[in-house]
Amino acid sequence: MGSRSSLLLRDEEIEEIRRTTGFSHNQIIRLYHRFNSLDKSNNGFLSREDFLRIPELAINPLGDRIIHAFFGETHDSTLNFKQYVKVLATFRPVKDGSDNRLNSREEKLKFAFKMYDVDHNDKISREELLLVLQMMVGANISEEQLGCIADRTIQEADNDNDGLISFEEFQKAMERTDVEQKMSIRFLH
Amino acid sequence: GHAQGRYPIADINWHHVETPYMISLWVLFASYAKIAFHLTDKLAKIFPESCLLIILGIIVGIVIYFAAHDVMLDYTLDSDTFFLFLLPPIVLEAGYFMPNRSFFDNIGTILLYAVVGTLFNVFCIGTSLYGIVALGWVSVPMDLLDCLVFSSLISAVDPVAVLAVFEEVHVNESLFILVFGESLLNDAVTVVLYRMFKQFAAMGADNILPVDCVVGVTSFLIIGIGGTLIGIVWGLLTGFVTKFTDHVRVIEPLFVFVMSYLSYLTAEIFGFSGIMAIVFCGIIMKKYVEANISQKSHTTVKYFMKMLTSISETIIFMFLGLSAVRDDHVWDSAFVLCTLFFCLFYRAIGVIILTALANKFRAIKVNKVEQFIMAYGGLRGAIAFSLVILLEEPTKVMAQRKSLFLTTCLIVIFFTVFVQGMTVKPLVDKLKVKKSHKHKPSMGEKIFTRLIDHAMAGIEDVIGSHGHNYWRDKWEEIDRKYLQPLLMREKPEAKDSQILQVYTNLNIKDAMEYVKSAGSFNVQ
Repeated sequence: MGSRSSLLLRDEEIEEIRRTTGFSHNQIIRLYHRFNSLDKSNNGFLSREDFLRIPELAINPLGDRIIHAFFGETHDSTLNFKQYVKVLATFRPVKDGSDNRLNSREEKLKFAFKMYDVDHNDKISREELLLVLQMMVGANISEEQLGCIADRTIQEADNDNDGLISFEEFQKAMERTDVEQKMSIRFLH
Repeated sequence: GHAQGRYPIADINWHHVETPYMISLWVLFASYAKIAFHLTDKLAKIFPESCLLIILGIIVGIVIYFAAHDVMLDYTLDSDTFFLFLLPPIVLEAGYFMPNRSFFDNIGTILLYAVVGTLFNVFCIGTSLYGIVALGWVSVPMDLLDCLVFSSLISAVDPVAVLAVFEEVHVNESLFILVFGESLLNDAVTVVLYRMFKQFAAMGADNILPVDCVVGVTSFLIIGIGGTLIGIVWGLLTGFVTKFTDHVRVIEPLFVFVMSYLSYLTAEIFGFSGIMAIVFCGIIMKKYVEANISQKSHTTVKYFMKMLTSISETIIFMFLGLSAVRDDHVWDSAFVLCTLFFCLFYRAIGVIILTALANKFRAIKVNKVEQFIMAYGGLRGAIAFSLVILLEEPTKVMAQRKSLFLTTCLIVIFFTVFVQGMTVKPLVDKLKVKKSHKHKPSMGEKIFTRLIDHAMAGIEDVIGSHGHNYWRDKWEEIDRKYLQPLLMREKPEAKDSQILQVYTNLNIKDAMEYVKSAGSFNVQ
């Protein structure tokens, strides 16, 4: 992709994105406009700074982690449109029948899991959990108290007693939660 | 005569205590009935409790009818008793224990069903009934406005009946909240249409100007919003008052009941929707009240509320049965059967059309099976009956018309409560409707869910469209910054008090279990 390609999306590209993500033509166009308006440097890529410029995201207690999960395991510092749409496809509502793999329950949970797992070792450690708790609950609560909460959480979820929460254990802990509903967004046409 | 005798040791003073005595007897009798039904599992499995109570009411009615015919009319459900004493506890409980999250996540759809759906039903049923009147199928004379008065009271889904039946069914939370939320919020529309058509009918069709219709139809906005605002104000006030009760713990539960009741009455003074007022009062106050009052007061509030609700519900259904036994029934097969058919038919049509519309805007669609349960769960109840009772009957024709409406209304209520109420549970099983998994969240679940909430609000910011995650986030911020410091005694230290709350609750539960298991210690 050249630097000018950010202005227009070719039909074949839309078609390909449509097939891989399950978004409709109009949804892709709409997301593309959004992508371009976020892309302040206009080079066809989004950087972490571009995300941080979104005002609400900047004040979201987990804003950093959301961005982290967006960039996933790619150690690149930028995201192109296809990668961007692919992440967003995770949050497409689950419909009976017409599913592609990207928006399955498992993929949705993986996104949440990635928000904890900073070191990409596919386990949530006590420290990783504690960090997220601090972001959500705030600094006024003593570390000791948060530590108790983290310990309790791990103790509940940790089936193999390694002191870590694996993705399988994470899935098990969320067994009774309606993840399909909670992690779905209506994308405008 | 008056013999100037000795000071009497005992005297029979029946009239002095008659009213409270009869009320107490009723409550006692209804409670015995409730116990009796739960002694046998078999009955309760086939019939919802509400059906059994109606049957019992009918039996009592028949007994009174033959034993003491002249007092019969003293013991029917009168609409003041219903609207002022029996209904408020039920709707307060509904609001107080409302699953807020799913209520507000689905508020758009609920409002669509409650407002547009009710309007649709009223006009379709009303005009269709007028159609059969015009065809000459009905023996009692009536015009279009009479039909509309009747359809406005028969169209509304009844929160009491819906709760009574659906509490035992355990359908999934979003389906439950759709039916139940509709039944609560349609009150504004019902009240407006009922009053408007009654007024129009009294004025006579020729004297109605177009402006009356416009004013009438738009006034449901004022009545609904007015009720809601009054409820919110009283709810916030209650939260504020409980901030100062830490030295007088014994009166804490009182504030919850008296202030929410006042919200209902205040709304009724202005002719606003009392139901909406008390529901929103309950929704708003809960969080702050629970943070301020003691654990024991909290338990008292909870059990007192549940008890009041249960007894009100019991009395209402028994009264409905009892009130069906009377002299002045007017039966008209065509009218009764057509009303029943139109109620079912337009309910189904309305749900199908409105769901198609709502699904365009919903992330999670309401599927076919759920639509069926929604249409089928549109139970009619005591509100309709109480509104019929309120109809005036200055002339003989009007009295006859009222009697016909009353008979028809009872048939519709009994049909929806018995046939639909009894079959909805097996249907839910047969159609494999998703059931709810009610459980206390574990620590991990709560933390992970809160993380997901923040994540979804973040994703909505990224794609730049504001859905309910965005609005929930905004509300929580306002709540944390302005409302909590104002309404809670202890300033919340944590940004996310929910997580701490769950942790505390789990610890209390563990401690209780530990104490219980240690309870068999030999005291030395």
